[in-house]
Amino acid sequence: MLKYLASKYWRNFQGEILALPTRTILFAAAAALLFLPLATTDAYLLRIITLASIFAIYAASWDLLVGFAGQVSLGHSLFFGVAAYASALLNLRLGFHPMLSIPLGALAAVLAGLLLSLPALRLKGPYFSLASLAMPIILLGAIFTFPALTGGELGLSGLSRLADTRVNEYRLIFLTMLGLTLLMWKIVTSKTGLIFHAIREDEIVVRASGINTSLYKVLAFCLSGFFAGLAGGLYAHFLRVVGPSTLDIMMSLQVIIWGIFGGVVTIYGPVIGVFILYPLLEYLRVIAEWRMLIFAVIIIVTLRFMPEGLSNRVQDLLERECPRCKERNAFGRKECRVCCTGLGVCNQTDKTLL
Amino acid sequence: MWQLILINGLISGGQYALLALGFSLIFGVARILNLAHTAYYMLTAFAIYYFSQVLDISLPLTYLLSLVFVVVLAVGVYQLAMAPVRGQSSTVMIVSLVLAIVAQELVLIAFGGQFRSLPKLVPGTIEFGGTLITYQHLFTLGAVLTVLLGVWLLLFKSKLGIAIRAVALDREVANLMGMPENSIATLTMAISVALAAVAAAMVAPLGVIEPLMWLHPLVVVMAAVILGGLGSIKGSIIGAFTLAFVEVSLVFLIPQASFLRGAVSMATMLLVLLFKPEGLFGVFMEGER
Repeated sequence: MLKYLASKYWRNFQGEILALPTRTILFAAAAALLFLPLATTDAYLLRIITLASIFAIYAASWDLLVGFAGQVSLGHSLFFGVAAYASALLNLRLGFHPMLSIPLGALAAVLAGLLLSLPALRLKGPYFSLASLAMPIILLGAIFTFPALTGGELGLSGLSRLADTRVNEYRLIFLTMLGLTLLMWKIVTSKTGLIFHAIREDEIVVRASGINTSLYKVLAFCLSGFFAGLAGGLYAHFLRVVGPSTLDIMMSLQVIIWGIFGGVVTIYGPVIGVFILYPLLEYLRVIAEWRMLIFAVIIIVTLRFMPEGLSNRVQDLLERECPRCKERNAFGRKECRVCCTGLGVCNQTDKTLL
Repeated sequence: MWQLILINGLISGGQYALLALGFSLIFGVARILNLAHTAYYMLTAFAIYYFSQVLDISLPLTYLLSLVFVVVLAVGVYQLAMAPVRGQSSTVMIVSLVLAIVAQELVLIAFGGQFRSLPKLVPGTIEFGGTLITYQHLFTLGAVLTVLLGVWLLLFKSKLGIAIRAVALDREVANLMGMPENSIATLTMAISVALAAVAAAMVAPLGVIEPLMWLHPLVVVMAAVILGGLGSIKGSIIGAFTLAFVEVSLVFLIPQASFLRGAVSMATMLLVLLFKPEGLFGVFMEGER
């Protein structure tokens, strides 16, 4: 029985992960980071990767809303900040345990998502993008207006820790990140995700097919708000201090940089973007004055030569799509691993066509 | 009190209007949400500072030099970094945002982060309704209105203006009618940056300049453009003046709440959008859905 289960999982593992080079790379990277604390307990390194994990959840939730549902939001820090402040207040004022205050904070972000979906249902395209910018700024104004409750400029500090040691916090947050991104990936590859795709491409056609697009748009806002909210709560409890910087414009703009650098409409693309760009920015700190400049130049050059994003570009290099069944195959294969259609022939015709 | 609100509202409205006009022009013609737009405004202010204070060139020449410098720079950057990725609208947005950050960092490295002020072009003050007003304020007011009038003449009375508006209305048809769409986009970029530079040259001597001075105007300009309706020239000017008066009245009437000026102008924009989703003078572009 045990042997049967083991062989079944091994077969699935071979078919789903080892068969595709990009998935193998992702699996290896995730495994390596998971077992990193065994090799080193360098606090600085662990802290950077923990923060990168939190921002990875945040960036993936942005992709869910922007990449899939096509609601280009320039104010995504709204969700992050609302949840961070909500969990901090619940934890400090009411003494809730982090296991309770983080999900409740995420629910507050869902409410913010409902609020943001009100203009989203009426505004289209760039109108919505620029209007969404307004929400975090208004909220920031409210936070500065009530310093007694929110701590004003200084923010709230002294939140309780997530776990007893830094290594345990690292494990907890990294595993949460893996679980949540997998969950988001499951959502976007389901039927709901398909409808999100369709709404982005042509909302009127979707509505004409008898689908309640308003409902699905609101759903996209709530889902995205929930995941971004979890990231915000984790951030608050990891740093143990929440300030106005969680609602900053730069916080919203940074997630766009991560997402588009990594590659949108993938969920894993923004995660990869964060895990490359965030540590890069941190380690550029040795040349503090030039760090933002170098960072910016790297992004411009990357986007100049691969405007579709890093992960999409690498995937196109390492894998090719079967012309018949649309299954993806490793680059070296002569025929499709599912339907045995020849892959080489198709590529030659492609070249002659070009 | 009301005189101060009137004068300052008109000046900052004129500044936002110049910026919003350029922002909405380049969006209309090339479908570029140029987040680096106000970075050029900041760069012009620093170019004026550098030419006049460090190199000690006479003021009128300084203004001309900075204008030319920033416009040439912007067109070069556009050709190098933005035109090649114009197809992907989101990529263009990121590239422009990152360009703004590059500009900010370069200025930080070159000049440092401290606040500076520029010399006034015309000295002296005049009394108006019981309050003292500098000639610089009046000069700025006149200059802003003159430039706005000039842009209106350019867009509505000249052949180039007609071409620009035609490309904004329908790129493909304009192309079929023999208008070189790419060079019109480049020219529009130059005009829009020149407007930002003029805004900086007019307003910067009244306030302080610092490397982060691009962020607040960017937010207000985007709000103004949305408020007036994207693609509408009249709309962006009216939107800019509306938001400027809201901000200035708040700052003068309730000084202790002046940190709320961003929030209040944003709330004004959202309120208008709830009743008129396409902005005050916008048209829904049905074809683009």
